[in-house]
Amino acid sequence: MSVAASTDEVQTVVAARRLASARTVFIGVGRPSIAAILARMVHNPDLVLIYESGTIGAKPFHIPLSIGDGELSETADTVVGVPEMFNYWIGAGRVDVGFLGAAQVDRYANLNSTVIGDYDHPRTRLPGAGGAPEIASSCGEVIVTVAHSRRTLVERLDFLTTVGHGDGPGARGRLGLRGRGPTAVITDLGVLEPDPSSAELTLTQLHPGVTVEQAREQTGWELAVAERPRITERPSDAELNALRELLAR
Amino acid sequence: MIRCARDDSVFTLRTAVARLLHLSDAVAELVRDGDSVALEGFTHLIPFAAGHELLRQGRRDLELIRMTPDLLYDQLIGMGAARRLVFSYGGNPGVGSLHRFRDAIEHDWPHPIEIEEHSHAGMANRYAAGAADLPFAVLRGYAGTDLVAHTNVRFVDCPFTGERLAAVAALRPDVAIVHAQEADGDGNVQLWGIPGVQKEAVLAARRSLVTVERIVERLLPRPGAVVLPGWVLDAVAVAPGGSQPSYSEGITRRDNAFYRDWDEISRDRQRFSAWMQEHVLGKVAAR
Repeated sequence: MSVAASTDEVQTVVAARRLASARTVFIGVGRPSIAAILARMVHNPDLVLIYESGTIGAKPFHIPLSIGDGELSETADTVVGVPEMFNYWIGAGRVDVGFLGAAQVDRYANLNSTVIGDYDHPRTRLPGAGGAPEIASSCGEVIVTVAHSRRTLVERLDFLTTVGHGDGPGARGRLGLRGRGPTAVITDLGVLEPDPSSAELTLTQLHPGVTVEQAREQTGWELAVAERPRITERPSDAELNALRELLAR
Repeated sequence: MIRCARDDSVFTLRTAVARLLHLSDAVAELVRDGDSVALEGFTHLIPFAAGHELLRQGRRDLELIRMTPDLLYDQLIGMGAARRLVFSYGGNPGVGSLHRFRDAIEHDWPHPIEIEEHSHAGMANRYAAGAADLPFAVLRGYAGTDLVAHTNVRFVDCPFTGERLAAVAALRPDVAIVHAQEADGDGNVQLWGIPGVQKEAVLAARRSLVTVERIVERLLPRPGAVVLPGWVLDAVAVAPGGSQPSYSEGITRRDNAFYRDWDEISRDRQRFSAWMQEHVLGKVAAR
């Protein structure tokens, strides 16, 4: 029997489960990449990994440091240029799931990855948009993974880099965004999903041992909670062993 | 010898074939103070050797254009070579912040820097429009974001369907500099692996320089390779290992340890400056 899963491991395992039935996933660096490789190992060996460096169908054995490590292009089904990646593959809606992180997330799952503070005199200058805006507008759905804290889950974004559900119901349609937008925000405490009628992120799932109060306490807005939040099924031995083996490679 | 054209009508006045120059001569001839310069490379094939030569020659006031300004642009910005930065993602991928980029924007060190930022899709399409000599590109993007208020993007109605689309201005750098695996004696260049936006950057630019790992007698076709005929280039310079710590697929490997180390080296202004003095300014371009 393995050592109990850490919150970090639970978050990655839950993210990987979300990819169990996807055909294609577009992934950024860090946790999305780990979760997607884990999903290929445990749930979905045919999952097509797409990185914005242009590598389509990459099959990395190691967790890449960057989105353009040599192992990605060497194992890819095809490698395309950046204009083609964004126009033919992402923009045209050929990717099922987009997997993103962010520095700030608001109640409508809009994302900030640009600045903390004022744009012209930022307290913290973040990397910027990268591929996120178009990934979020054009992929079939978007999964966001962030740390669950008041610093990250904020009442008001300092900068709206990437539209999730805009200002609420119908916003995506009015803006001409074609994918379904964010369907889950996976944190180290649980899972938030947009309410079908209000589009507001609602706590629908708690990881083992986490309370609703903890999640509320760590959220920067008055968090809506589902009537009966599900409890995350503990990571199986197969999931945990695969994750730990992957991280040790 | 035919001199390379230097005015706006460069598309009709290019030299017949790219000239094989020494890197320092190529940079001296093709890049001037105040130029807009795109040193492209999307994680792969980043032209570090050429960027370092720009610094050794003391180029100033540059408008630096690049989708992913990573370590090389961090170095150029920290050394004070940049007046303006046009970009879409300024991070050390998988590691974290670019500290010199942040210090310039947050604290005006070593001097204030103007920025224009886009999404990757926006930048890629701007290059593609430049390569096609079109004034702008259209895409689905930007709508609903705060980027609209802070960057150069407009919205147009499709004349056929009426759909509202984002329009972004073509990029036309004065100079594009890219790195490739190999060139032949006529300056025809071949690169493979992650191709990024190098082809578009070269075709969009008024002048262009390609550094290569090696000169070969004949380019052998490779799957997925990008070939740039010598007649669209101004100069080719040999720079073995010239993309390190990035990499040239099949020849060098990405030095991930250095990308991690850079986080510490670049965090402190003095340590950064000393490192640059020792490892860049104090060296000469390999012959």
